[in-house]
Amino acid sequence: MQSKQIFKVGLMVISLFGLAACSSTSDTEEGAAGNEASSSNNRGSTAQSNAGSGSGQLSQEEIRAQNALRQTVFYFDFDVAEFKSSDRETLTFHARDLAASPSKRIRLEGHADERGTREYNLALGERRANGILNYLIVNGVSRSQIEVVSYGEERPAQTGQSENAYSRNRRVEIVGR
Amino acid sequence: MKICAALVGAAAYLLSVSSQAALSIQITQGVDNPIPIAVVPFAFEGSGVLSEDVAQIVMNDLEQVGEFRTLPRSNMLSMPSEEQEVFYRDWGILAQDYLLVGNITRTTGSQLVQVQYEFFDINREIKLAGEVLTGSVAQLRDIGHEISNVVFEQVTGTRGAFTTQILYVVADFISPELTNFRLEKSDYDGNRAQVLLESQEPIMSPSWSPSGEDVAYVSFETTLPRIYIQNISTGLRRQITNFPNLNSSPEFSPDGTKLAMVLSKDGSPDIYVQDLVTNELTQLTDHPLIDTEPSWTTDGRSIIFMSERSGQPQIYQIELGAPSYEVERLTYDCFQCMNASFLPDGVNLVHVRRESRQNPNYQIAVQNIETGRMITLTDTSLDESPSVAPNGSMIMYATTFNGKGVLDAVSIDGRVKFRLPSTQGDVREPAWSPFLN
Repeated sequence: MQSKQIFKVGLMVISLFGLAACSSTSDTEEGAAGNEASSSNNRGSTAQSNAGSGSGQLSQEEIRAQNALRQTVFYFDFDVAEFKSSDRETLTFHARDLAASPSKRIRLEGHADERGTREYNLALGERRANGILNYLIVNGVSRSQIEVVSYGEERPAQTGQSENAYSRNRRVEIVGR
Repeated sequence: MKICAALVGAAAYLLSVSSQAALSIQITQGVDNPIPIAVVPFAFEGSGVLSEDVAQIVMNDLEQVGEFRTLPRSNMLSMPSEEQEVFYRDWGILAQDYLLVGNITRTTGSQLVQVQYEFFDINREIKLAGEVLTGSVAQLRDIGHEISNVVFEQVTGTRGAFTTQILYVVADFISPELTNFRLEKSDYDGNRAQVLLESQEPIMSPSWSPSGEDVAYVSFETTLPRIYIQNISTGLRRQITNFPNLNSSPEFSPDGTKLAMVLSKDGSPDIYVQDLVTNELTQLTDHPLIDTEPSWTTDGRSIIFMSERSGQPQIYQIELGAPSYEVERLTYDCFQCMNASFLPDGVNLVHVRRESRQNPNYQIAVQNIETGRMITLTDTSLDESPSVAPNGSMIMYATTFNGKGVLDAVSIDGRVKFRLPSTQGDVREPAWSPFLN
């Protein structure tokens, strides 16, 4: 749990540097800025204090990036494998963030609700995760940074047979490794 | 002698009642005109009290399959324990068609018991069967099931499946972060459950080898779904697959030499067959949409599977060695047909069925693929993982009851249903064993 939190802070910091560069300069500079960020990220506490002191001057874009990277769970419609178009922008921020720090590794965990057979749901969870995988790759993330696993209906976020539980269970989670 | 037998029987009966409080099968639906049969408490000669009431085990077996109605002990006019003590009139008056009597002998100081039983046709006034079975005290339950097999076969002409076992998966939600998954094996009626594997990562898709000695399953213990084969008696296990992406749905071929499975190593889930002797892997299907849930035809020459290639899940068949495009579609008249397997007759297809887009229920159904005749066997909404008893008489499946995963069984004609005793956690994915002896 501890390491996950540190990872998230790291993500946020990188996004600040990465996107600040992105908004004003070229792609190569964005990459360089990202690398700097990830090396400073290794000193967790420093990174955090930097982020704190810088928060007063965040642009709209930076705030959006920050919020986007905080979203790590993406929900799906019933029996649909494609992520929602409203998640596109958020996933784009994730892609930029990962592309900016090639040493970062994530796991995409695909899930389904319990309706339909278990094997079908296992395959459906994988297809959902693959949809996001492909989007991240198209947006510059290296395949080797991402591991995909489907849990099908085996790891519900919420148990029960309600529509609410089902909608919470149809999801892909981005998990740091 | 007779009184003594009755008393012992009553004592044993009380014992069995207390031990069954937690483990009683619930018969949720029976037939209209069940066959009346009297099962007299077995007399016991020997010291101590037996841990099992053999006659009660037989009664439970017969009641469960629904075709029989057993006579309450309190209605019996006599309690014979062998042929000389049987008066057919006593049972004719009570409108019984069949009678089972027996006695158990235990040599003092020994763990061995001899169980003699005799089975009678009341209307024809003849003895149909009888023998002496010997075993340890711990095997009394097996002996009871063995006698049930004989009675069932004498009356119905079909081999009994009362000595078979089941595998299933239990998921115990300890906390939002911690689920305890267990692969368990028990008698077909849920008794004598044993844990074969325990993990905090999911366990899925248990499948028996045709010999009943091994089980194949999917375990996420490495954090990725991989296929394992485990010897049931020794517990020794080996990892069979380690391909990228999804490795799932293992199914032994009828001769036990091959394992059908689903791999998505090339992008999308396709059906593969691995030779367990040479380890050679053969790809059977190749489609960008989902192909999964392989099951062997009874002759072992083809595999049926679920595919989305027509837009919604339907059942298809492909012959081993055929090109991947030579598939035959088996189901047409459902919105979704999934998780299919053939009954031992090789013609009737058991499957999970969602009738229409508007109907959100998943139910167990059987369709004759030659005539197209279809019957829906269940009326609950989330029924899945049907597994057929080796004699083809009943289907066990997973369903939800009071928000909890439970195992139900239904007769092949849909007339009889029973529910397995509930245990801790969500129970799912039953796999009915082959005949074990």
